[in-house]
Parts: sequence; C-alpha cells; structure tokens
Amino acid sequence: MAFDQTAVRKDFPILSREINDKPLVYLDSGNTSQKPQRVIDAMSHFQEHTYAPINRSSYRLAGEATDAYEKGRVAIARLINAPSVDEVVFTKNATEAMNLIAQSWGRANLGEGDVVVLTEMEHHANIVPWQMLVQERKIQIRWVPLTADGQLDLTNLDNLLDGAKVFSFTAMSNVLGTITPIAMLCERARAAGALSIVDACQFVPHNVTDVQSWGADLVAFSSHKMCGPSGIGMLWGRMEILDAMPPFLGGGNMIDTVTFDGFTTAPVPMKFEAGTPPIIEAVGLAAAVEYLEEIGMANIRQHEMELSRYTLDTLKGRFGDDITIYGPDDVKLRGGVFSFAFRDLHPHDVSQVLDERNVCVRAGHHCAKPLMQTLGVNATTRASIYLYNDTADIDALADGLDNATDIFGL
Amino acid sequence: MSGLEDLYREIILDHYRTPRNRGELDPPAIKAEGHNPLCGDEITVYLSLSGEGDDAVIDDIKIGGQGCSISQSSASMMSQSMKGKTVAENRALARRFKALMGIDGIEPQDGDDAIDLGDLEALEGVMKFPVRIKCAVLGWNTFLQALDAGGGTTSTE
Ligand SMILES: Cc1ncc(COP(=O)(O)O)c(C=O)c1O
Repeated sequence: MAFDQTAVRKDFPILSREINDKPLVYLDSGNTSQKPQRVIDAMSHFQEHTYAPINRSSYRLAGEATDAYEKGRVAIARLINAPSVDEVVFTKNATEAMNLIAQSWGRANLGEGDVVVLTEMEHHANIVPWQMLVQERKIQIRWVPLTADGQLDLTNLDNLLDGAKVFSFTAMSNVLGTITPIAMLCERARAAGALSIVDACQFVPHNVTDVQSWGADLVAFSSHKMCGPSGIGMLWGRMEILDAMPPFLGGGNMIDTVTFDGFTTAPVPMKFEAGTPPIIEAVGLAAAVEYLEEIGMANIRQHEMELSRYTLDTLKGRFGDDITIYGPDDVKLRGGVFSFAFRDLHPHDVSQVLDERNVCVRAGHHCAKPLMQTLGVNATTRASIYLYNDTADIDALADGLDNATDIFGL
Repeated sequence: MSGLEDLYREIILDHYRTPRNRGELDPPAIKAEGHNPLCGDEITVYLSLSGEGDDAVIDDIKIGGQGCSISQSSASMMSQSMKGKTVAENRALARRFKALMGIDGIEPQDGDDAIDLGDLEALEGVMKFPVRIKCAVLGWNTFLQALDAGGGTTSTE
C-alpha cells in the first residue's frame, strides 16, 4: 500500500455518509472528486477570518485576501512544475480554459483552411471550441484515429500534423483511461511547427505532472477533479505564448488603464482574469494541492495502478465475456477510469441497479460523443477511482453487476 | 430492493426482452426520431395512417432505435396500444400516459380519465425515479412529433 488508505478515507467526510443504512461507494471521481475535510475547513476559515476583495482595496484585510488567493496560484505552479507562477491563469474550469485558448490564440492566429489536429478520444471541451472556429473561421479539423485497444494510432501522425497550426490532445482519456505519450506528442507538434495544447483534466489529479518535461505550450485542467472545489480551473502556458495572446473576456481586473478611447491590458496572468475571480475557491484549491502533495502524487499513482489491476482482474474474472472494458489492459498505459458494456444492458439500467446499493457510477456518453461513435456504442457505464477508493468499492461494484444480472433475468 | 422491483416490473422486462412492433416502415409511412441527450437513448417511430386528420386510423406502427429498458418497453407497450385506433384516440392515450408520468402542462380533456392504460400502468413505478421519466415519455413525444410535423426530430431535453 502506497499510503495509509484507512486514514485517507477518513479525511473525506462524505465517505462516511450512509443512504438507506448502506455506505456510499463513490466511483465517479473521473466526473468530479470528493473533498477532504481540510479543503472544506480552509474555505470556511477563510470566509470567517480573511474574506475581502482582492487586488482592489488597500486596507490590510484586502491585502491578506489577495495573498491567500495568490497562494493558490503558487500551489498550482509548484504542483505542475511551472517555471513561473505568473504563467498560471485561473479560469472557471478546464472548459473555460479551452475556450480561452480557442477564442484568444485561435482568433489571433487561425484563418480559413488552417488545420487543427485533435484525437478521436477528446472530451467535448476540446472539440466544440474548435468546431466553433470551423463555423466562424472555416478552419479544418483533422482527427488522430485510435487502435483497437483504445490508444492513439500514431502511424499517420506526421501526415496529419503536416501544415497544422495546432495539435490539441488529451493527456488521459476520460472514457478509455488511456494515458497518451504526452512529451512525445508535444515534440512531434513542435517539429511540425504546431502549437501543442494538452487537456490534462484527468491526468493532473492522479499523476506527477511536469509541464516543462512535457515541453507543452498550453495546458488546461480543473480543480474539482483534484479534491479542490468546483468553480475554478487552470490554464498554464509558456509566458511567451500567453504574453502574445489577446485578452479573452474584458472588464475589471484585466486592464492596465481604460480611457474614453480604449484600454490597455494588465500583464499575464491578470490579463486573462476579468472580473472578480473565484477567490474562496483558490483558497480551497491551495489546501487541496497541499493535501495531495503530502500524500504524494507518485503514491497516488501507485495506489491507482494497483487498484486498476484489481478492478480489471475482478471484473474480467467474474464476468468474462459478459463484460467489455474499453481501453488498454496494461495499467502502466492507463489511469483508473473504466468504461464498460455489461451484457446487453443499457448503461442507464446498469447504473440504476448499482445506485440501489449506493454504487455511484456514470452512465452516458461522458461528453465524448464522437468517441462513442468510434466505439460503436450510444453510451457506456463508467466507474472511476481515486485515492480514497479501495478493493471493497470494486467488490461492491461487481456484486451490484451480479444483482443486475438477477433483476433482468439474464 | 423495494424501489427497484417497482421500477422493473415483470411486464416491463418482458417488453424490454421481447419488444413488440420492432422494425421500420417504408414511405409514405411517416417517421420521427427522438433522442435523450442525457443518456443517448434513440427512438424512431414509423406510422402508417389511413384516412384524414383526427379520424385517421393507425394501420401500422413500428419502433426503431435503441435505449434503456424503460424507454424501450414504454415504446413497445405504446405501439401495442395504438395499433388500429384513431389519431384522436391515440392523442388522448398519450395525454393520459403523460399525466400518469406527472408531466406538467397536460390539459386533460373529457373522457381522458376513462381511458384504460392496460399494461402501461406498470410504468407507474417510474415516478419514484424522476430521472427516468424522460426515458418513459421519449417514445410518446416522438409519436406526437410524427403526427404534428409529419416527421422530424424531437428531444426530451
Ligand atoms: C478529459 C476532460 N477534459 C475536459 C473536461 C472538462 O472539465 P470541466 O467540466 O471541469 O470544465 C473534463 C471533465 O469532465 C474531462 O474529463
């Protein structure tokens, strides 16, 4: 065991909740993660003692609040090994970070016929902002296909990247669990003269992240999937690139000066943080990062690899041909999200039966409808794990599937 | 288990395992597609009518698409209840069923209460699971869409 699992479970108050006298089995962290007591306390404490506007007022309390907000930025920079704290931009979530990139960098640099390369396993957050530019700018999208076991098929990558301006890809699929060869893909993008953008939403919460060793240009992720609060997301980018990008939203906080004739922008990161930012959320996020760092990202990854092995072996062992689990079987190549088809049952029915035992999973297209098309399904059931899950949770999932078999008389 | 047994009654499972009136009809039969973006359920309703307006009779009805047990069984039972009845009778049936599902904005008309839902009553248990109500009414909305637009696409969101 990479860390004290029993102690970690106790850190998350919601995990001791019971519904109908039965414990909660939370297997939906790929969707959003639960929060440790420390994050909840940090946000309450901040509101009880320190809350005030940031960057605007000169009294001491406002200074303290500004410092607390900025501590969130420092924590994120440390977590992902960013060369400079100023390169971390706070947004509402990863989706907003992707839209910021497409609207700001995209509108400044992309025109008719320009090519953006995506992969077939992207989340809608890394598809629709580009499709909006297809409508608006007549850019073109090329898709990197997948292999049968749900990895990127890179055979044709050089052709796909030939002449491309952007290569935007996920670090880890939220459906297949597949972890992509991030550094290599960034290198290939660079060689082709394309901007590299990494959707690291599923990766950062579960792995050691080093944006410098990736050699990425821009990276987006969300706080709520990494034990932090909802309402705050991150864009990290190389300063050179962020500096050259026009602002995304306009308003207070993002300006240097405004006259009747126009405005000048504040430096990065404030240039991209228009309006009152998620102040309380940044404080909670800082606490979440500290919590994850204490346990250790490498230990979390280790735990999840072990539990992933257990999950794959348990489900395949108990259900054999009755279950199809998408994505790679090698836990070194995947994270802990398991999308599956169970017998001929619709995912909605599977999740309904599981819910009866408080087993929380997601059923649907997981905001990756094009990928569903590639897989040839309408929807899947998805169980996803985090540091607080253990083998008992997986056993509960498997028992719940047995129950589904019974109910549907299969 | 109590709640689930209410949802997955035997008659519902029977229609799910052995759906009635599955298939397609060629034009001039009218056709409408419905989907539920939340869970990816898709239903296609084909109607073959003889006669005009509200007095037209549904000579044949076929259901296509795929989805969960609730959407599929509801559409299957619907098709069984509708065949051979007039458009007016079936609109009333749809009103009655949607009222059973607690759908807002249904204006009951005289005589609706007297309509016998038959097997469809079994779907009453869906009421305890509000997220599944959309599944239960998908086929019905698709049917109404087929009548109103002479075909088209509908969505339960
Ligand atoms: C791979 C991936 N990208 C992007 C997102 C979007 O994140 P958010 O909803 O926090 O903006 C998600 C979350 O569902 C995701 O899993």
